[in-house]
Amino acid sequence: MLLRHTPKEITERSALTINPAKTCQPIGAMYAALGIHGCLPHSHGSQGCCAYHRSALTRHYKEPVSAATSSFTEGASVFGGQANMLQAIDNIFAVYDPEIIAIHTTCLSETIGDDLKQIKKRADAEGKIPKGKEVISCSTPSYVGSHVTGFSSMVISMAKMAEPTGKKNGKLNIIPGWVEPADMEEIKRLVGLAGVKSILFPDTSGVLNGPLSGEYKMFPDGGTTVKELKSTGDSIGTLALGEWCSGEAARWLDANMKVPCRVLDMPFGLSATDRFIDALRMIAGVSVPDEIALERGQLVDMISDMHQYLYHKKVALVGDPDQLIAMTEFLVSLDMCPVHIVTGTPGKKFEARIKEITKDMPFEVNVRAKGDMFLLHQWIKNEPVDLLIGNTYCKYIARDEDVPFVRWGFPILDRQGHQYFPTVGYKGGLRLLEKILGVLLDRLDRDAPEQSFELVM
Amino acid sequence: MATMTKKKLVQWDPAEVKAELLAKYPSKVARKRAKQIMINEALANETPEISANVRTTPGIITMRGCTYAGCKGVIMGPTRDIVNLVHGPIGCSFYAWLTRRNQTDAGPDGENYMNYAFSTDMQDSDIIFGGEKKLTAAIQEAYDLFHPRSIAIFATCPVGLIGDDIHTVAKRMKEKFGDCNVYAFSCEGYKGVSQSAGHHIANNQVFKHIVGENDAEKPGRYKINLLGEYNIGGDGFEIERIFKKCGITNIATFSGNSTYDQFASAHKADLNAVMCHRSINYVADMLETKFGIPWVKVNFIGADATAKSLRKIAEYFGDKELIDRVEAVIAEEMPEVLAARADVRTRTEGKTAMMFVGGSRAHHYKELFNEMGMKTISAGYEFGHRDDYEGRQVIPTLEVDADSRNIEEIHVEPDETRYNPRKTPAEFKALEEAGYAFKQYDGLVPDMDKGTIIIDDLNQYEAEKLVELMKPDIFCAGIKEKYSIQKLGVPMKQLHSYDSGGPYAGFKGAVNFYREIDRLVNSKVWSYMLAPWQKNPELSASYVWE
Repeated sequence: MLLRHTPKEITERSALTINPAKTCQPIGAMYAALGIHGCLPHSHGSQGCCAYHRSALTRHYKEPVSAATSSFTEGASVFGGQANMLQAIDNIFAVYDPEIIAIHTTCLSETIGDDLKQIKKRADAEGKIPKGKEVISCSTPSYVGSHVTGFSSMVISMAKMAEPTGKKNGKLNIIPGWVEPADMEEIKRLVGLAGVKSILFPDTSGVLNGPLSGEYKMFPDGGTTVKELKSTGDSIGTLALGEWCSGEAARWLDANMKVPCRVLDMPFGLSATDRFIDALRMIAGVSVPDEIALERGQLVDMISDMHQYLYHKKVALVGDPDQLIAMTEFLVSLDMCPVHIVTGTPGKKFEARIKEITKDMPFEVNVRAKGDMFLLHQWIKNEPVDLLIGNTYCKYIARDEDVPFVRWGFPILDRQGHQYFPTVGYKGGLRLLEKILGVLLDRLDRDAPEQSFELVM
Repeated sequence: MATMTKKKLVQWDPAEVKAELLAKYPSKVARKRAKQIMINEALANETPEISANVRTTPGIITMRGCTYAGCKGVIMGPTRDIVNLVHGPIGCSFYAWLTRRNQTDAGPDGENYMNYAFSTDMQDSDIIFGGEKKLTAAIQEAYDLFHPRSIAIFATCPVGLIGDDIHTVAKRMKEKFGDCNVYAFSCEGYKGVSQSAGHHIANNQVFKHIVGENDAEKPGRYKINLLGEYNIGGDGFEIERIFKKCGITNIATFSGNSTYDQFASAHKADLNAVMCHRSINYVADMLETKFGIPWVKVNFIGADATAKSLRKIAEYFGDKELIDRVEAVIAEEMPEVLAARADVRTRTEGKTAMMFVGGSRAHHYKELFNEMGMKTISAGYEFGHRDDYEGRQVIPTLEVDADSRNIEEIHVEPDETRYNPRKTPAEFKALEEAGYAFKQYDGLVPDMDKGTIIIDDLNQYEAEKLVELMKPDIFCAGIKEKYSIQKLGVPMKQLHSYDSGGPYAGFKGAVNFYREIDRLVNSKVWSYMLAPWQKNPELSASYVWE
C-alpha cells in the first residue's frame, strides 16, 4: 500500500495538513503572468520559490517556463529586498529584454514588508524601466489563500493595466481563469464561431503548448499583448469564467472602468457551457451559429448513448473551486453522484454552492473547503466510490483503493494531452465523457467474469 | 544519422565563447560571471582558481534552489520512517512532495511516510501571532495519528523571520512523547546562496540528534556507511546489490532508502565511503572526529569507477577474502557491461556532452560519458564550492564570506567511550605509503581537458548561448532547463531526476545509461525539426499530376 498509514477512522485535525489539495499563491501568479505576451514573471523572494514554481509548471506542461527571482540572501531578508529588486529589473531588461515584467511577492518579502509599488516608483525615478516597457506587480503572500487566489491576484493586476481612451473597441473581455492552454484556445474558437471579437486574458495558448522546431523562443508567440490589456477598459463588457479565478478582476473593470461584467462558472460540461454561450450571445448581440448547436447536440447524444454506465455512479473529486463547481454540476447532470468533494482553497461559499448543486442527489455529500487529500482518502475508505477525479497525486489513492481514476486539474505530472485537448465547451465535455467512460468501461472489462464479458458496450 | 544534420562550429575558440557569454551582461554582472567561467588550462601541477559558492545575481535566471530544498528535499527526504513536518505556508511542503524520485523499499508492512506531505500550512494569523502553538499541535496530531519513531521539523522562510523557536518546541515534544525523537532544522530558504547551505544544516542536525543513538551491535563483516547516495531511480538498490554480492555490509546510507535506525547506528561502521562529498562531507568528518571512522571518496557512477571504488573499499579492509571476492564480482559483472559499451560506442564515439548539475554529480557522470567515448566539452556545478572544482586541498584557503558564516559549524570532540580509531597509526601510514588516499577528492577541473569550459552556477541565458555556439550532442541539467534546450533540437538528459529512468549507478546502471544516451543522441526525432516545405521553400519546378 502506498498510503499505508492512512487510517479509516477520521479524527479532526486543527493544525496538521496532510497531502495538500492546494499549493501557494505565487505559482498561480506566475502561471497567469505567462499568459501575457513577452512577459517575464518575477518572484520577489528567495530563489527556491522560483525554482519550485518553474519546476512544477514545467513538469505539468512539459514546456520551458522562464521566470526570474530576486534571490534574497539573509542580508536582504533583514534589510529588505529593494536593492535586489532594482538590480533584478536592470539585469532582466539588459539580458532578456521582455516587454513586461510581472512581479509577485512571496511569504518572505511579505513578512519583511517590502512594498512593491514603492520599489517600482523608485525604479521609475532611477530610469531603470526602459521606455515602452512595463512592470506590473501583485501581492501573493503564501500564507493567504492558495495558488488559485494567487492567480486571481495577478489577473487583477492585468486588469489594472487598462487605459481607457473613451472610445469603445467593440470587443468583449473574457477572463478564462486557471485552465489549460488548450482550454483557452477552445474558448477563443467558440467565441470566434459566435462571431464575437474578444480580448482573452490571460492566454497561455501558444505559450505553454509550443512546437518543437529547432528554435527556442524565450517569449513565445502566444499570450495577451500589452496593447490588448491596455484596451480592456474600452471593451463592451467582461465575461469572467469562475468566481475564484476571475471574478475580482472583472468587477474591478466594472467598478473602475465602467465595463459591465458578468461572472459565470467555468464552461465545463453541458449546463455551464450553455450559460456561457447564452451570455456571449446576449452581451455581444449575436445569434448562435448552427456549428455550436451541433457540438451541443453531439454532447447530449453521447450522454444519452452511454447513460447506463454513468447512472448513480459515485464519484470523489479534488481540485480547485471553480473547476469543481462546474464538474460537480456536470456529473449531477449525467445522473452521476459526486459524494466526496475537497478543495484545499479556503471559502465557505464553495461548500454552500456544492451543497446547492447536489441537493437532490440520493446520497449525502461530503464537501470541504480548505480540506486535504488525506481527508478525501479517509472519506473514500468510509464510503467507497466508483470513480476518482483529480490531479496526479490521486494516483496513490486510486491504486490503494483500486478506484478508476481520471486525471483532471493541476498538476498532471504523469500523462499527456491536457495541454493540447480542451475539456471546456461542448467538445471538451465530449472529451471528459470519453475519459470517464474509458476508465469505467476498462474496469468493467477487467472485472467481468468470462461468461459475461461484453463485446459491444 | 539524425544528429548529422546539425551544423557545428568547426573549431570554437573557448575565449570567444566566454566573451560571447558575457557580452550582453551589465558590466557588474559580467565582472562577477567572468570569475565563474573558466577556460581550463589543464596545468600539470596547479589547478586554476574559479569563483564558486557565491551569491546568485538577482534577475539572472538561475538553476539553483534554496536551503530548504537542500535540507528537506535532498538529505532528509529519502528517509522513509521519519515524519517530515514542514513548518510554513503550504507551498514548500507541496513542491517537495515526491518530486525527487528517491525510491524506497519498506517491504509489505514497513513504515513509509515518503508518499505523504506534512505541513502546518501557516496562515496570516500564525505569521502575526507566531506559529509555535500551531506547530506544537501539528506535532501532536502527527504523533497521535502515526506514532512514528521520529518527527523532523523544517523551517521555511517566514519561520526564521517571525522568530518561532522550533528547536525548543521540538525538545519539549520529544520529552513529552518519550518514544519519539523530535528535532528541527533551521533551513529557511534565504540562508546561504544555494541548496548547499541546506545540506550542511541537515548534516549538523542528523549528527547531533540521531547518529549514535543506537549502540546495538550490527551483524555482518566489512561494515561501511555509504554517504551521499540518494537512491534516485534506484541507484542505491543497484549499489546495495553489488555490496551484498561482495559481502560488504552497509550499515547506513545517507540517505537513499534509509531509515532512522540506519542513521542512529552509523557509528557502528568501520569505513565511510563518500559519494556526493558536496552534500555530506560534514557528516563524514564528524563521524571521524567523534568515533574514529575514516572516510574515502568513492564513485559508483560508471562501471570502471564502480570497480575502482569496490577495490578501494577492499584495500582498506585489507582482507584477502574480500579482495578476492571483489575481484570475482567485477570479473562476473564486467563482461555484460563491456559488451553493451562496445555496442553503443559504435554510435556514441566522439560525440560531445555538457553537464551542469549538483555539486559532485557533473564530475561523476563525466565518467560514464568517458566510457562511451564521449567528450565533455563544458561542465560545472549548480551549488558546488571551490573544492568540488579544484580538489579538497584548497579548503584551508577558502574565504568564509557573510553567507557561509551564517551556517553553523558544529564543534565535535572524540566520544569519551565510543571513539575507536579503526586502524593503528602504523596501518594508516602503510596504506598511505602504498598510495591510498583518505579524505581526498581531486575535483572536476583536473579531470577536464585543456580548452574545455568550466562554468559555475550556469544560468538559462548562458546555457542557451553555449548550446547555440558549441552544439553539443547532449546537454545534462535539471527539469527547469530540459525543454528550453530541447527546443533548440538538442537532446537533454536530466541528471537530477533521470527523466523517470535509472538506475545509472553500478554495473547494471552503467548499461542502462549507455542505452539511454544512445537512444537520446540517436533518436530520429531530432531530424523532424523542419517540414519538407521548410527545407525547400522555393517553388522551383512545376509538378504535374499524371
